[in-house]
Amino acid sequence: MTQASLGESVVQKEIHAAQNNGVSANITHTQPLWLLAEVTYRCPLHCAFCYNPTDYDKYTQNELTTAQWIDALRDARKLGAIQLGISGGEPLLRDDIEDIVIEAKRLGYYSNLITSGVGLTEKRIKAFKEGGLDHIQLSMHDITEEINNFITNTKTFELKKKVAAMIKDHGYPMVLNVVMHRYNIGHIKEILEMAEALGADYIELANTQYYGWSLVNRNQLMPLKEQVDHAEAVTNAFRANPNNKMKIFFVVPDYFSDRPKKCMNGWGEIFMIVTANGDVLPCHSARVLPNMQFPNVREKGLEWAWKDSPAFNKYRGDSWMKEPCRSCSEKENDLGGCRCQAFLLSGDAEAADPVCSKSPHHHLIEKAIEDSKNPVLTAQPIVFRNDKNSKRVIAGELNDRLDEFHALP
Amino acid sequence: MMEIEIQHSDVYALALHHRFQWEEAQQSYVILFPEGMVKLHGGAGEVIKRLDAKVTVADVITDLKTAFPDADGIEADIIGMFELGLNKGWLRKI
Repeated sequence: MTQASLGESVVQKEIHAAQNNGVSANITHTQPLWLLAEVTYRCPLHCAFCYNPTDYDKYTQNELTTAQWIDALRDARKLGAIQLGISGGEPLLRDDIEDIVIEAKRLGYYSNLITSGVGLTEKRIKAFKEGGLDHIQLSMHDITEEINNFITNTKTFELKKKVAAMIKDHGYPMVLNVVMHRYNIGHIKEILEMAEALGADYIELANTQYYGWSLVNRNQLMPLKEQVDHAEAVTNAFRANPNNKMKIFFVVPDYFSDRPKKCMNGWGEIFMIVTANGDVLPCHSARVLPNMQFPNVREKGLEWAWKDSPAFNKYRGDSWMKEPCRSCSEKENDLGGCRCQAFLLSGDAEAADPVCSKSPHHHLIEKAIEDSKNPVLTAQPIVFRNDKNSKRVIAGELNDRLDEFHALP
Repeated sequence: MMEIEIQHSDVYALALHHRFQWEEAQQSYVILFPEGMVKLHGGAGEVIKRLDAKVTVADVITDLKTAFPDADGIEADIIGMFELGLNKGWLRKI
């Protein structure tokens, strides 16, 4: 899942009001408007581009209970959370999503189930509708059965089309999410046509960002610059056609930009993630960062986590920045980019995001782009996201594929 | 942006799949929709809260002029809010 479209959608005034020049949040009134509940890391799909932690197998035996999730929803709502994403793994592997949906409605959330579609039955979708779930975001992978089944390492192509029809039949807005990579980016026109034909209201074309499994598989997934440019041109042409009513979010691939993304709209500014085992994070992959102790809902609760925990205050504002960010005239545009990407690639969590052309580590991005064209490297097998491979990561058996990156366990 | 001419006889409602609500924590009205949300200024909230798929633009203007007799030039602001709401896809014409 991704939320990169958020920045455009929130009224600018709100985002500016949340900027705080390094002063801790308890005196600046930031609010976790977006709560992402990663309710489980178990997943029937094995996508090569998954951003989940490569050591997720550690977090599948100690998931929060229904009651703990309901408490978390209630506490986050008090802090100002409005948009709720129920994600994973595959959330439908839990049998209490119906209860979570009912509670979300009661509390006044706008709730979104982010799913692969596996496990969505007529009975469950009916219960979600009655319970007040607001929308369902379905992941799609390609127009071809071959690539869908290859990249997810499962036979799920026909199922996804059935689920899309089910979502429409039950009166939900249809929101499709397509993660783009080397294998499907050339089909972007056909993917948009398929989405239009399915009656999608929104489609998110999310270029792969390289965290977790997708970072391990970066050489195999990264498209060429020319492919990205082509995809953007096709998307813009599609948008310009007044007959096409579907709203398109195009999440840009930051490796091909000169400036980094304003990751999560700023650390601890508007996003809060509660993971399957109760860890509270300001972004999806924050656990890779060194010397950080993230709060857990089982301990001091969400209010402390958001307002007072050292982890949430660590990269708020800009007082933590080093050069070249500290004196950069553009620092407010991107807040130095992504802390996780800076650390994973450079080994320094406080460095400028290497995507930035002003970063002393920018050569790492250039090398990654070159590596993705190297026939020897790209011929390495994809490491699919599954329990067996996660156990191998934890046991250190895949270190030859991970050595280049810092902190990947 | 599309050029939209708002007529006083037009009737508008919140777009499908959008929700409008008061947020206590933010002390403001918001519009919620898939993948996004908008925090509204006070005046904008006052316009949207009156839309029930029955009242006309003229009705809204009359009602708000009564509710806020001291606000000057309020009519242009109200029309501006309808234009913005349509352009952004928050509103639909009945």
